[in-house]
Amino acid sequence: MREVAIIGIGGTKFGELWDMSLRDLGIQAGLAAVADAKLAAEDIDALYVGNMSAGRFIEQEHVAALIADYSGLARDNIPATRIEAAGASGGLAFREGYLAVASGMHDIVVVGGAEKMTDVGDVLAAEIQSTAADQQWEVVFGATLASLFAMIARRHMYEFGTTREQIAQVAVKNHKHGALNPNAQYQREIDLSTVLNASPVAEPLGVFDCAPLSDGAAAVVLCSMDRARSYTSKPIRIAASAQASDTLALHSRTTVTSFKATQVAAQRAFRQAGRRPEQVQLAEVHDNFTIAEILAIEDLGFFPKGQGGKATMDGETALGGKVAVNTSGGLKARGFPFGATGVAQLVELVEQLRGEAGKRQVPDATLGLAQNAGGTGATVVVSLLEVA
Amino acid sequence: MATARFWRENPSRYNLKAVRCNNCGRVFFPPRGVCSVCHRKSIGKMECLNLKGEGEVFSFTVVHEAPSQFEILKPYMVVMVKMDEGVMLTSQLINSDPKDVKIGMRVKATLRRLGEDGPSGVIYYGYKFRPIEG
Repeated sequence: MREVAIIGIGGTKFGELWDMSLRDLGIQAGLAAVADAKLAAEDIDALYVGNMSAGRFIEQEHVAALIADYSGLARDNIPATRIEAAGASGGLAFREGYLAVASGMHDIVVVGGAEKMTDVGDVLAAEIQSTAADQQWEVVFGATLASLFAMIARRHMYEFGTTREQIAQVAVKNHKHGALNPNAQYQREIDLSTVLNASPVAEPLGVFDCAPLSDGAAAVVLCSMDRARSYTSKPIRIAASAQASDTLALHSRTTVTSFKATQVAAQRAFRQAGRRPEQVQLAEVHDNFTIAEILAIEDLGFFPKGQGGKATMDGETALGGKVAVNTSGGLKARGFPFGATGVAQLVELVEQLRGEAGKRQVPDATLGLAQNAGGTGATVVVSLLEVA
Repeated sequence: MATARFWRENPSRYNLKAVRCNNCGRVFFPPRGVCSVCHRKSIGKMECLNLKGEGEVFSFTVVHEAPSQFEILKPYMVVMVKMDEGVMLTSQLINSDPKDVKIGMRVKATLRRLGEDGPSGVIYYGYKFRPIEG
């Protein structure tokens, strides 16, 4: 296996982007990443696209070929592959691109993630989100994705004494970070009472515990490490890429207060990189619901099981804390275009590791982690990036 | 949901049809062909059984934002129930006030209408849970 570097990044603003289509989003992010890497179109060997549900959101499948076409790559006939794993589609597309370069099959690969979600109403969008759960044995009985995370939250409160306020603090912290990110959907701070008094979605979770519906795209350019310095003076090394799966239905597991796929993927990633959780300075984790961030920071090994809520309330996951979690604003404040999210996490890590994150810069950042999950954690991808 | 996609699952939706691995004793719901612990040692040893329908609440929520077909029910309760045979199921909890529901509460499965294929479509049924009195 060869070492692989990220040599270019790009992304759109996240939000309700009424004047942009899926292809507009994908192209804007992809071209920005290619320009950042100072590449020419003919340098690109392959394209991977993370997208969860274009078929339901915009009634368009076959989106990898679509984005390759509108990016001007159709005449070069490069392989273009779409990857789907619900909310983990972007992280998984990145991993497939990484494997293609690491194996020696390709030298330069563009990985994009894109989702266009606001062409449908919010009730239908939530139904599409629920397709990440088990349609036949969860959703048909009335479960929604929010209701499954609400039951995880209830169980975490029951087993560990986690409080409603500690869970809500995840949203407060992520909005505070989002206020420092010019590409975030929400760049406004909120206070604890706003989260606690918001209208309920699935008790105990309310509107401010849920990541929003968003349009957006993000892209990275991958290159073998031996060629990376001919494109950039600041290549970022992919120190590890790991993936794990678990049962599709939440109820098929012995515990719901841990995502075993996160734990296993993290163990594999730390082993590959020869690193430990204590060495990670910043992490982008999959906070599609507030409680998910608490599970993630425990399952990744940053805090002991059951202590994630307290750590959050104590500021240990805020900028300036023990490990800065979701400096981008996370899914909650940066926005959550499903397939784009896993790639956008990596874009944030690269900006931080290059020292280009502006007001939200983590000082002297050299090692960052991304955790991207699908549904209730049936697919998890963990990536470790470091300054080369 | 298309009719066939629903009715082919009726044995489990109506009668809680499950399977037990006679190699290790674990119960799976809905039925599956191979035990996920014993793998090939379970081939030919997966035996059907119907769950008795009783269990206890493992976790619960009250759903306020619902898919269009559940709009008329909201707010409604969703529960995960640990059945006495050891497997967990997800469905609605009915006939109870959210204030009275607790983790560990005993509940029993009961057959109810789940939905329909649009206003003139086939109605489909399955289990929901209700509290066990006393």
